[in-house]
This record gives sequence, structure tokens and C-alpha cells, in this order.
Amino acid sequence: MFEVVDRPIDADAVRRAVEGPANGAVVVFHGTVRDHTADRRVTHLEYEAFVPMAEAKLAEIGAEVRTRHGLSALACAHRVGRLAIGEAAVVVATSAPHRAAALDAVEDYVRRLKEDVPIWKKEHFEGGAVWIGTPEGPASKG
Amino acid sequence: MNVDVRYFASAREAVGREVERVELDDGATVAALREQLFDAHPALRALGGGLRFAVGTQFADGDVALDDGAEVALIPPVSGG
Repeated sequence: MFEVVDRPIDADAVRRAVEGPANGAVVVFHGTVRDHTADRRVTHLEYEAFVPMAEAKLAEIGAEVRTRHGLSALACAHRVGRLAIGEAAVVVATSAPHRAAALDAVEDYVRRLKEDVPIWKKEHFEGGAVWIGTPEGPASKG
Repeated sequence: MNVDVRYFASAREAVGREVERVELDDGATVAALREQLFDAHPALRALGGGLRFAVGTQFADGDVALDDGAEVALIPPVSGG
């Protein structure tokens, strides 16, 4: 499962997509909206995606990371639209016979997602908003 | 020939529209399209070297030749996750 959704992510469905009898570990990562960046108070985030390419890249990177870490499976859902503080913007699930691979793969996958998946985050704060990652805005720190 | 250009996020706001049909010389490359778009929309230059292009759903380097009717996307620095 690799999908971009415009509603709250069904994290159980992402987890179920990686379950299987050969697994000794299933890891589910939730990337959530925090209420601050540096010393700025964030009110909410807005995500936008080039959906067909984003879903293709999520799957392509998923295949790459799955092979590199010897995973049983990897699944990911990323949300777009307006997100409130505390909501999950992304859920990644990995499964593997042993935990080290499943844990390491999550970090690898999220790092690659932040490099190459066409999804953009606009940070709204009191008095303004800025696209993260652009020259005028702060670098993406996840 | 014509290509359809789609803008996202900061690029969309810089240009002030989501899609645009652009006329190019036959066989024009992504690099030629980039220069033409930068001339038409100077605000795009401010996005700098982090701006990437995709043809269809794949990133495309500057030397990629475009076909008539190609769907091109401008990909400003991504910030998912």
C-alpha cells in the first residue's frame, strides 16, 4: 500500500498491509504535526502533493528500501490538505524477520521520502505562512 | 509544439496559476523550457537551483528532449513527511 489521502490516515490499515507469518517485527511510524518550528508557534500545516507522481515515488522508494534491508513488506500513507497539531501527516509500516531491519528501514524510508517524493508542506503560524524547503523559507527538518 | 506545464506549492504561488500550455521549438529540452519559463515568470528564478522538473511522473534532467503534448511538472524543493 502506497497512497496519498485527503482524510485522516487509517494507521491500522497501513499496519495490516505489512503483516505476515514470517515477521518477527512490525514497526509503525507516525510522523505528526508539532506545534513549533525553532521558536515559532505553528497553528496548523497544509500539505500538497503531485498525487500520481507521489504515489509512484512512494512505491519506488519502498521497493528500494525493502530490498536494501531485506524486509518482508513496507507500506506508507501520506496525507494532504489541512492538518491540525498532533495529527499524522505520514504513517510508515515495515515488517521483517528481525527488528533491526524493520527499525532501520523506517528511518531510511522517511529520509528518502523527504528527498524525492513530490509533497510540500506549508507551515502556518501566527501572522503568516511559508512553504518549507524554499529559499525564502526554512529548510525541511521533518 | 506544445507542452502542458503544471505548477505546485511555491512554484504555483510564484506563477499565480496551476497549469499552463507552453509553445516550444520542436525537440526542445527541459533546460530550454526552464529558461523560457524563467523569462516568462521571473519569480520562478527565486526558487533557484532546488527547482526540479518531471516529465509524466519521473524526474527529468535538463538534457531530456520533450515531445509534443508532454506533461511537465515543476517540482520545488519537497518537504513531505
